[in-house]
Amino acid sequence: MASVALSEAEKVYIVHGVQEDLRVDGRGCEDYRCVEVETDVVSNTSGSARVKLGHTDILVGVKAEMGTPKLEKPNEGYLEFFVDCSANATPEFEGRGGDDLGTEIANTLYRIFNNKSSVDLKTLCISPREHCWVLYVDVLLLECGGNLFDAISIAVKAALFNTSIPRVRVLEDEEGSKDIELSDDPYDCIRLSVENVPCIVTLCKIGYRHVVDATLQEEACSLASLLVSVTSKGVVTCMRKVGKGSLDPESIFEMMETDEAVACQWYDRQLPNLDGWLNASSKNEEGREKDGGICL
Amino acid sequence: MAMEMRLPAARKPLSERLGRDTKKHLVVPGDTITTDTGFMRGHGTYMGEEKLIASVAGSVERVNKLICVKALKTRYIGEVGDIVVGRITERRRSAEDELAMRGFLQEGDLISAEVQAVFSDGAVSLHTRSLKYGKLGQGVLVQVSPSLVKRQKTHFHDLPCGASVILGNNGFIWIYPTPEHKEEEAGGFIANLEPVSLADREVISRLRNCVISLVTQRMMLYDTSILYCYEASLPHQIKDILKPEIMEEIVMETRQRLLEQEG
Repeated sequence: MASVALSEAEKVYIVHGVQEDLRVDGRGCEDYRCVEVETDVVSNTSGSARVKLGHTDILVGVKAEMGTPKLEKPNEGYLEFFVDCSANATPEFEGRGGDDLGTEIANTLYRIFNNKSSVDLKTLCISPREHCWVLYVDVLLLECGGNLFDAISIAVKAALFNTSIPRVRVLEDEEGSKDIELSDDPYDCIRLSVENVPCIVTLCKIGYRHVVDATLQEEACSLASLLVSVTSKGVVTCMRKVGKGSLDPESIFEMMETDEAVACQWYDRQLPNLDGWLNASSKNEEGREKDGGICL
Repeated sequence: MAMEMRLPAARKPLSERLGRDTKKHLVVPGDTITTDTGFMRGHGTYMGEEKLIASVAGSVERVNKLICVKALKTRYIGEVGDIVVGRITERRRSAEDELAMRGFLQEGDLISAEVQAVFSDGAVSLHTRSLKYGKLGQGVLVQVSPSLVKRQKTHFHDLPCGASVILGNNGFIWIYPTPEHKEEEAGGFIANLEPVSLADREVISRLRNCVISLVTQRMMLYDTSILYCYEASLPHQIKDILKPEIMEEIVMETRQRLLEQEG
């Protein structure tokens, strides 16, 4: 993770502030920074999204390609994740410096999507055992300002929401050879349902309390963090501990409860405004059909 | 608990909102400033083909016969006498240094100092030969572009709202709680690690957000502008100051107050 150098006194200031529920930028321990989400930003992908969370900037592109289903799951398509920590984000990522972090994030993404309900993989099947859609999700870290996992999970969800996969038909000849036909209409496509795609909430333990959406300076003061991925129904799909420090079991339960409460409030507040937001954003640009919405 | 999501929106250009009459003469590298050869060339310009051409992107400033271009966004260029706030990144490893300095200054520490000399390659040598300089204790650091820090007589300000601020010429702004006992200064190398009171913290966080809003709207930073911005932000909650619409509102009010004060 990118790190900043802090003096002892600055760390003490931050830690004491967190204990009193007043962080350096005036937020409480459970407040997020303002998030800016934009979808359909990259034209040659099937779906894309860009998320800005304070100084953290993430770009996700989804490309749908045809491939063969996995042997153990012949009726389903699958997702492949790749995370690129570009040197733009921070000088530490120069050369191969960002590879470790990239693999860690990609593995976390695989874990949170590794269940039956996150994405309905059966819709990605074209013909069992022979053809299916493979969604290559590429995450690009443009700027690293703390709280990478949360921002990446929001961006991946928005990009999957924005993904449109062309509808195909399988035609069978008399000899039995199959031909795949792509429909001519560019708007004839399948959209994925992202209702059950989880979002990650990271809680950093600073002193005796935990904070949500930590900045780089706050991450430098924290020894351990708990990462929980929660769906809109409050189902936890994955939990991970990050960091060199230790967490005792009571604080883990406490943090998990906060995570779920934060995530549920998040979903509750955004869903009712969703329709209005989607309509407003699609009328955003004249002459260009833009899908500027995000589904949570 | 609050979480807000929004679509990115383009910022409205300044002139629309202000309706200013005096427009700055902005140039980019390669632009001709003037074809009149009677002028002396200052920083940011060069002579080419009998024309004065800009070499940096910024606004043209003219003082009688001297024309120079002041860059809008630059790296810090040291001048003798500047106050800077800096972080120790590396240190010379010699035996005497280890014995003497380790107790006082560590890597990662912040110090305030004055520029003593500037070398030809741009490096500066600093000194802390006064009790007002030295290691900085608890507080908040904000990093801004050096071109936004206005040159003034003093860069150490004790604001009436209850906190103090050091406006480093290199763009590092240090906001800290006003020390109670000003008379007995131990030379600034012993940091006070006692918890800062909640009221002081609120003032410091509010000042930090005000500084960031002024910088986002490209306003010059000096004690009056920061103070006016602080006062304009009082009706809002501290964490709301960073929202784009509230930021614009606060900075507009600050700008108007500053214009009224000038003339």
